[in-house]
Amino acid sequence: MKSTKPTNYVKTPFGQRLKRDFKNHWQMYLLALPVIAYFLIFSYAPMFGVFMAFEKYQIKKGIFGSTIVGLANFRRFFMSPFFWRLLRNTLLISLYGLLFSFPLPIIFALCLNEVRNKKFKKTVQTISYLPYFISVVVVVSILFDFGKANGLITNIATFFGWDGGAVISSSKWFRTLYIGSNLWQHLGYNSIIFISALATVDPTLYEAAKIDGAGRWKQTLHVTLPGIAPTIIVLLILRLGQIMGVGYEKIILMYGPSTYETADVISSYVYRVGILDADYGYSTAVNLFNSVVNMVILCIANFISRKVNETSIW
Amino acid sequence: MLCIIFFLPVWHVAMGSISDPLKVASTSGLYLKPLGKATLGGYKLIMQNSTILRAYGNTIIYVVASTALGLFLNILAAYVMSTKGLLFGKPFALFIVFTMIFSGGLVPTFMVVNKLGLMDTRWALIIPGALSAYNIIIMRTSFAGVPGEMLDAAKIDGASEIKVLTKIILPVSKSIIAVIVLFYAVQHWNAWFNAALYLQKARNLYPLQLTLREIVLQSTENSIIADADGQDVMIFRPLIKYATIMISTIPMMALYPFVQKYFVTGVMIGSVKG
Repeated sequence: MKSTKPTNYVKTPFGQRLKRDFKNHWQMYLLALPVIAYFLIFSYAPMFGVFMAFEKYQIKKGIFGSTIVGLANFRRFFMSPFFWRLLRNTLLISLYGLLFSFPLPIIFALCLNEVRNKKFKKTVQTISYLPYFISVVVVVSILFDFGKANGLITNIATFFGWDGGAVISSSKWFRTLYIGSNLWQHLGYNSIIFISALATVDPTLYEAAKIDGAGRWKQTLHVTLPGIAPTIIVLLILRLGQIMGVGYEKIILMYGPSTYETADVISSYVYRVGILDADYGYSTAVNLFNSVVNMVILCIANFISRKVNETSIW
Repeated sequence: MLCIIFFLPVWHVAMGSISDPLKVASTSGLYLKPLGKATLGGYKLIMQNSTILRAYGNTIIYVVASTALGLFLNILAAYVMSTKGLLFGKPFALFIVFTMIFSGGLVPTFMVVNKLGLMDTRWALIIPGALSAYNIIIMRTSFAGVPGEMLDAAKIDGASEIKVLTKIILPVSKSIIAVIVLFYAVQHWNAWFNAALYLQKARNLYPLQLTLREIVLQSTENSIIADADGQDVMIFRPLIKYATIMISTIPMMALYPFVQKYFVTGVMIGSVKG
């Protein structure tokens, strides 16, 4: 086969380039075909399906036959009494989550970094990743077990003066339990990247700091933290970019009518209205609103990330 | 101290699963050791329970089939993406990355699966969700690290592009393949939502996680374990709950120490480029 990198690409006309490209790489395109087909069917066809958001969609009539209603579905959502509650819950769960689940893996990584005993460090790390492999269903099951009327968490809460019964069915406790269990499950996993960033900090900097008389704490403050600052900033920006994207899987498993007040987020509402109540057009509109806001935020976050750090996700 | 916190909930369930059922029902708080006389009664009941066993089998089918399909497509996509000098290389990459940024959402995806006639069949759990753009990117990064001279040399020797993939790239990429298999397998083993979505009538196709959800979270134990002897089952109810959690978690736990090394590598590649 001929060389795959002709140098005179710029000068040859497009048609000729196309021909040669296909002649050289037809096998490549053959390999790409199943992948393209897969994404066309399972990613792009649904994207096309968002037109349902502008219709009074009926399964029998299909996407081409249903009545077009313009922005009525969106108007209905913005006017809905649930709109503010959903927006508030989504943002609060996200923000509180960020507040706890962002700094703690960093602190965990820093603590591990201070441990000198290699074997102990390794064991702690290994155990800390373990919960990541446990399924959401199991995590929520355990949560229900601890949060039931005489469960562990309820008992502890009662000891501190709580008198509302089972915490799992109390809307006041939902966010705490949701974020706390997320933290339990993902702390170790999320710390991996910081641990690897810590390993790249130049050891001579520590030596220099020691000579200058810096203690452990001072070293952490002036050498370690600045060393992993770029990683922290990039990850923080990326996390901020996902602020509207609270997933539904765990919420759906955890919530119930008694906790909707704080637990219901946009994505779980889409599931309830769209799949359970079969209100297809409307729920697609709600979802589209969420996706578009998400995409815009993500693009902004990526733009900032690029400016700040010359690192971007694409 | 932290280790204890990570481990405690799992321990609690493990101990609960072998405790005296009557004591479990009346005791609150954490189980640090089996209550009363240790028993395997819960596990015995599970082993006799056709619903749970069938769900277990279903899960294994889904994990194997879906991981195999996903890995195959993943390798193709990553190979094409990592090849330099393709006229349509960039559009192809964009085509894939865009699926990470924007999706049609729950209902339109549901409609597509519905229209394809996959509802209430095993295929609904095997095909949708088999391929993830994120894993493609991870593998692409790794494939791109294979030295270009090696590939060029092979091509000069007359190897076709498919040969280059199977004879050169795949043999040197064993560890990244292990990582990707691990990611897909864990994801499919723990998945329940697509099953809840696409298997509305076919209860006999339920994977383990969805059966677990019904047993533990929706308290429909009676219907699930109705085929066993009534009185016994009522007493053992809490044990069945814990024991099912255990049998659904143990395979991943058992697998984990062996794949730990790969797992960390994979997460790192993913976070650098993700």
